[in-house]
Amino acid sequence: MLSTQDKKRVLREMVLARRFEERCYQAYMERKIGGFLHLYPGQEACAIGVMEAARPGFDYVITGYRDHVHAIKCGSDPKAVMAELYGKETGCSKGRGGSMHIFDVANRFMGGYALVGGPFPLAAGMAKAIQMKGGDEIAICFLGDSANNQGTFHETMNMAALWNLPVLFICENNLYGIGTALHRSTAVTDQYKRVCSYGIESDQCDGQDIDVVFEHAKKAVEHVRSRKGPYFLELMTYRFRGHSMSDSRGYRTREEEEQWKERDPINILRDRLIAEGGYTQAEFEAMEKEIDAYIENEVIRFAEESPEPRVEELTRYVLAD
Amino acid sequence: MAEMMYWEAIRRAHDEEMARDPLVICMGEDIGVAGGTYKATKGLYEKYGPLRVMDTPISENGYTGLGIGASFLGVKPIIELMSVNFAWLAMDQMFNSAAKVRYMSGGQLEAPCVFRSAGGTAHQLGAQHSARMEKVFMGVAGLRVVTPSNPKQAYGLLKSAVRSPDPVFINEHELMYNMKGEVPDEEYFHPLEGSEVTRSGTDVTLFGYNISVHWCLKAAEILAKQYNISAEVVDLYALAPLDREGIKKAVAKTHKAVVVEEDEAPCGVGSEVMAIINEECFWELDAPPVRVHAALVPTPFNHTLEKASIPNHEDVVKAVLKLFGKA
Ligand SMILES: Cc1ncc(C[n+]2csc(CCOP(=O)(O)OP(=O)(O)O)c2C)c(N)n1
Ligand SMILES: [Mg+2]
Repeated sequence: MLSTQDKKRVLREMVLARRFEERCYQAYMERKIGGFLHLYPGQEACAIGVMEAARPGFDYVITGYRDHVHAIKCGSDPKAVMAELYGKETGCSKGRGGSMHIFDVANRFMGGYALVGGPFPLAAGMAKAIQMKGGDEIAICFLGDSANNQGTFHETMNMAALWNLPVLFICENNLYGIGTALHRSTAVTDQYKRVCSYGIESDQCDGQDIDVVFEHAKKAVEHVRSRKGPYFLELMTYRFRGHSMSDSRGYRTREEEEQWKERDPINILRDRLIAEGGYTQAEFEAMEKEIDAYIENEVIRFAEESPEPRVEELTRYVLAD
Repeated sequence: MAEMMYWEAIRRAHDEEMARDPLVICMGEDIGVAGGTYKATKGLYEKYGPLRVMDTPISENGYTGLGIGASFLGVKPIIELMSVNFAWLAMDQMFNSAAKVRYMSGGQLEAPCVFRSAGGTAHQLGAQHSARMEKVFMGVAGLRVVTPSNPKQAYGLLKSAVRSPDPVFINEHELMYNMKGEVPDEEYFHPLEGSEVTRSGTDVTLFGYNISVHWCLKAAEILAKQYNISAEVVDLYALAPLDREGIKKAVAKTHKAVVVEEDEAPCGVGSEVMAIINEECFWELDAPPVRVHAALVPTPFNHTLEKASIPNHEDVVKAVLKLFGKA
């Protein structure tokens, strides 16, 4: 179980994640950020809860295009992530990647990838390398619900089970793939059931309550780390915003959205901390203010003031120097 | 120098690299217990075991991606795709992951893997087993493409590919696995870039690669004996990047160029070499350059039709004679 101390820390991390993403939205509207932008509000307890149970910076993490928060939780500097969204040379991928391709190899954040389902085999491959080298690390692959309809999902589950690879698959089931509800694209909507035919252990839990995520993730991480084989954990969650920036959300009702907003992962943890005593609404608000100031004065400022990549270096990093 | 077959040369390169470095592995369909469709991995399973010689499920995109992911952490996978026709299924991972990851990550991550595949047209294998696809691979930024025309290159290119920090696609040939040739006894690394003058000549340059080098050599022989035309043959064993300097030098020497490819013409090796000639040395030309290439058809099953769809040395001779106004 997370201690009160830990809970306060992860609450702060979730608020930072939320405010970071909200600030990205604003910067996008101001046309400071271009391209695709997929935001994470509503799902914070997933990446943060799972990585709380794993070892950030030690375990290898890979994910899709909704990747900012995963990188930050692995140890990436929010300034370098924001600079990447601005396409700056100081960005964690030197401005060559963008929002969907955050990389921070020093912190073992092995990248955000834009092809739905692409990271499945890459994660299993990293697990294969870990297995060969004999380390204690695990590979963790975070993807959405709709990625599971790709061939790579099935190909990878089979190989991961066949070769007993130390890989943990986290399915962040937010009920939609862009504008298509899961039940309209997928015959079996309980995703954790789909890996049973490969003999992979799996579970499903609430993805909004970080205490619940943490407990389930702990079991999952232990399973993989003790080399009992791959594991698949499905987290039931919801993205509060549209899929990306141009999404009027006509495919779902405002009532449904309001219902899920009552299960805001930040509010759930905040209210619990306050109810348990030793934490106040005033403290929470002060923290929010402090985070906003940090994002404005340091994160945004760094991104805005950083230099662009040099055009002379356009073709650098295509092949090895 | 010992004579060995193309497949033996590939097998030897695997064996040496796997013996040297425990992080070198190979993976593919039927490569382990069965020894490989073309025997390129024969005996390696017995020697290195199932963890390093991996018989994969028939999941091309899956195991290719798995190899790429392993290469992120320093493993050196040699991934065999049984036929280039099946490599279509793996192109997502090859192109979207391996070829782009260095760039997307701003140089933080690399995918030093080797993809080997049997290309070319063999004998009546039908449309879905006969495609040549070098044109698809050679236009992808971040991917090296090489194609061995003999056992020495097959050995040396694989050795260099394993040591390369970049992903390398090696385009082999169905009909060449049993071809014999000299391979150095000592360790040999063939460069992954450049080209080779295989036969020296003064009147016309024949550019070939992989099997078409042999058509060019045979044509050069006939041209010399029967028509008193001295043809130079240039082996473009590196298709990406192509050897601009080598192409320029060769054209500057003979002032006439013929590009010979087993692939179909559109967007292919021939069109690319001709574009390079245009850009680099147009004024060196005495005559418009010519392409010899396959017909744009799904390869027919019927023996006569199949033969008609693929060029051979006679087509090269004809093209040269036409270029010289002799036909
Ligand atoms: C191979 C591929 N096909 C289609 C797309 C377009 N696309 C981007 S995100 C997405 C939906 C994915 O949904 P899910 O896996 O549930 O992830 P979520 O966005 O909900 O986190 C689609 C279809 C893509 N990026 N890649
Ligand atoms: Mg989804």
